[in-house]
Amino acid sequence: MLGGSTIATALLYERGGLELTRPTGERQVRDFNSHTPGPAPVYAIAKSSTDPAVLVQRAVDALGGMKRFVSRGDIVAIKPNIGWDRMPVHAANTNPRVVAEVVRLAFEAGAKQVVVTDASCNEPNRCFQRSGIWRAVYGLGATVILPSAHRFREMRMRGDVLDQWPVYTPLVNADKVINVPVAKHHNLSKYTAAMKNWYGILGGRRNRLHQNIDVSIADLATFMRPTLTIVDATRVLLRNGPQGGNIDDARDMNQVIASLDQVAVDAYGATLIGEKPERVRYLKLGHERGIGNMDFMNVAHVEV
Amino acid sequence: MASGHGHSHSGHEAEFPSPLPWLAQKGVVLALDAAARPLAPAPDEPRAVNPPAALIPLSRVLDSARKAKASRGADGASSKAAGTSGAAAEPGSAPLRAEGEAKQSASKAPPKKKSGPKRPGSGIPARPIIRTLVWVRRAAQVFFFGLFFWFLCATAFRGTFSARFDQPVRLPLPVEAFLLADPFVGAMTLLSTHSVYRGLAWSLGILTLTLVFGRVFCGWICPFGTLHHFFGWIFPSRYLRGGRRVEANKTHGWQAAKYYMMWGFLGAAVAGSAIGGLLDPICVAVRAIGLGVLPALQYFGIRTTTAAATTNLRSLQMATDGAQDTLSQTLWTANQSYFNQTWFILFSLVAILFMNRIIPRFWCRALCPLGAFLGVVSRFSLFGMEKDHAKCTDCNLCLVHCQGADSPQGGVKHREDECHMCLNCEAACPEDVIKFRFLPNLRSAVKTPNLERRTLLATGAAGAVAVPALRVANWPDKAYSEKVIRPPGAVEEREFLERCIRCAECMKVCPNNALHPAFFEAGIEGLWTPILIPRIGYCEFSCVLCGQVCPTGAIQKIDEKQKMGVGQKPVSMGTAMYDHGRCLPWAMATPCIVCEEFCPTSPKAIWAEEVEVPKRDSKYTQKGEQAAMLMIKVQRPHVEPSLCVGCGACEKVCPIVDKPAVYVTNAGETRSKTNVILLENTRYGQT
Repeated sequence: MLGGSTIATALLYERGGLELTRPTGERQVRDFNSHTPGPAPVYAIAKSSTDPAVLVQRAVDALGGMKRFVSRGDIVAIKPNIGWDRMPVHAANTNPRVVAEVVRLAFEAGAKQVVVTDASCNEPNRCFQRSGIWRAVYGLGATVILPSAHRFREMRMRGDVLDQWPVYTPLVNADKVINVPVAKHHNLSKYTAAMKNWYGILGGRRNRLHQNIDVSIADLATFMRPTLTIVDATRVLLRNGPQGGNIDDARDMNQVIASLDQVAVDAYGATLIGEKPERVRYLKLGHERGIGNMDFMNVAHVEV
Repeated sequence: MASGHGHSHSGHEAEFPSPLPWLAQKGVVLALDAAARPLAPAPDEPRAVNPPAALIPLSRVLDSARKAKASRGADGASSKAAGTSGAAAEPGSAPLRAEGEAKQSASKAPPKKKSGPKRPGSGIPARPIIRTLVWVRRAAQVFFFGLFFWFLCATAFRGTFSARFDQPVRLPLPVEAFLLADPFVGAMTLLSTHSVYRGLAWSLGILTLTLVFGRVFCGWICPFGTLHHFFGWIFPSRYLRGGRRVEANKTHGWQAAKYYMMWGFLGAAVAGSAIGGLLDPICVAVRAIGLGVLPALQYFGIRTTTAAATTNLRSLQMATDGAQDTLSQTLWTANQSYFNQTWFILFSLVAILFMNRIIPRFWCRALCPLGAFLGVVSRFSLFGMEKDHAKCTDCNLCLVHCQGADSPQGGVKHREDECHMCLNCEAACPEDVIKFRFLPNLRSAVKTPNLERRTLLATGAAGAVAVPALRVANWPDKAYSEKVIRPPGAVEEREFLERCIRCAECMKVCPNNALHPAFFEAGIEGLWTPILIPRIGYCEFSCVLCGQVCPTGAIQKIDEKQKMGVGQKPVSMGTAMYDHGRCLPWAMATPCIVCEEFCPTSPKAIWAEEVEVPKRDSKYTQKGEQAAMLMIKVQRPHVEPSLCVGCGACEKVCPIVDKPAVYVTNAGETRSKTNVILLENTRYGQT
């Protein structure tokens, strides 16, 4: 009995219980970027239609089609922006038809399961319902997961400001991750789309991140390397971001940009709201860290 | 037991003159019982003749021993419990019983041949309709409690995949139905506001039911009553057996307390306060279960599943994920609910449930103002009890199973105003004494509460006087407490107090856990009225669910356009204020403005000015020199009071957790004509 209790004590003592979390030193990376290399462009801007679904198809096809990114039997996590209790017309969340088309393409490419989720800012039930995304993807067979406390696990990212933080597990426990943000104005970080969208994988008190918002965005983009980024710029919020709230705050732009480079696509997107990429500091940080190339004009791209 | 009965008889000497006429008849029955069990004296034997004083204790002991057997399972599992004890008392006495029944039939009792469980005494089974109705009543209790619990759990917004994005967010079920059907709530708000708010007309249904059947609501429908019924049955109390249970179930004088309290609350309603909701049973049930029991269960649920999830067993983790998702979609919501100061609400519930160990259904008998209200109404009921005192053997089985403590036993008048119409007494009676029927002979019934007129007037007046007494100390116009931030759509404070019954529906439904029962923030009178505590949760900009579930209109049923101010002035609950000494950009030269990001209005009520501010470097760069001064850019937040709706999102997300740098007070709330900040919002010509 003494021996048993000694072993039990040795197991439980001083190591965070049975959960053996130890610092590993280096910045952690979740790399889902496993597409087959090819001569295709790094990003593709689709602007030749007013139908969001067609725009998504054309942009993804220009990068070689969804089959290049999703393999048969994959579990695909799709991360739209479902942050706010707003309707599609307010353009604060990703357009539901864009998300639905990505889900459809993923299933078509042979995905076993497609998970659509986000850790919302406002009350999740309202965000998921009123964004229209829940209804749009449910009919296609996607698994919609609403965030709740038990789905967050402490993880180490070893970033400059983000070290250990609760991470939303459905978005990292997948074979492939597709980031489907919406391009919009943000008062503090100036512009938000692909890189800033990773705020939605964090739990805990995210409000502290704003004290160093650019470095924390760069940390997150370092940690999360998605399989594919599809930026919804069908309707863009130009002011009062990131929530908007007034129909007049947003303008139809009818663009969808598919990209392998988070930084380049954000640099391009910033120009849509009239922002210079150099003024968006997290783009510079991402560029310096080698996450991508903010010189978006000199990155291989096509317009379709 | 005859002795135990003596004092009840004494009050009615005139009507039932001694010697009691049924004693002789009982003697016959007892002789047969005695023959069946020659070794032990028949339990009723001591009562065959008037026992000498010295024998009384013995008879009491024998009786209570028998009662203990009979009363095991004190719900009124009457027929079953009584049946088994009967079988134990008279093994193989079928022919004797038949003989006994023959004698009974000679004395005008309908002969009943039934092969059901054997019963004590003469063993005359209750009418089949009654035995059926007892089970119907139990089914109704289970059904209505289930319905109540279902509605309570459904008092939370859960999104659905099937809803279109532009579909207004409303609850699919009429979750406040029990409150709408509550005639006491209806009467109180009628007296305080001189009008009946929308759905409260449903309470006429319960009123009509009471006019026909008496207090069936208490015995058959009331979920809180069912809870007490259940606990009175399940609590295994060694104390509450046999004679003690019989004593506890006799009518007591203190049962009048609920009537006095009810009149006091109605007096308070006349004076303009719906404070009676503090003790309305449906309000108590919603409040205590919704704000106390469910969050406590959730705590244990989350604790258990979290413990299971940290085992690092993949299958177990998946299972707990599934379990948590299911629970958060059915019983509770995704995040742990927290309610300010609920310990007192929960403690009161536990205390009142515990009372069932000492006096069954103490709440229903002594405190419930709704029961009292229905008790007053039930004097006009068409349905009631008739007793054939001559047949009563004082076996007290009716008392063992009685719920309302309404004197079902022979020899005393039945108290119709106390009776819950549970029908246990008739089902338990082995002597064919008790009969429930329409238009009963009222010779042996009392229909009105036994009240002192003076005390009654005094309590009613006390209730009416209490309200100004409380308000003088806390006048809504004079002593603003900055913490009393009322829910969106709440009416002006005085009218609010006329309407708010503290039912906690709004707090339960709030998706962000923003509404809380006030403790003494709103004065003593404002106990358990809803207040917004933005630090815990903020008011979701486009959400109007609290108004949807409010049964009395204290929170009006506004729609999204009214609340958000589409083409009109938005509903404002207060105004955000900055504490520059705690705000990061203001005091600490640190970028932040999460408050601005979360501000839901357009244009945002919080705007930021970009300034360059000096900041001392936090480390030395040169040896032997002072730390360098840096110039950094920060955005300093400001509030535009004409746009602020007081939702508290800024306060909720402020990274300074303990005492936020931005906080909402009720200044400038649209419902008030006096608590106004801006000149442009002043309404002239109004007080």
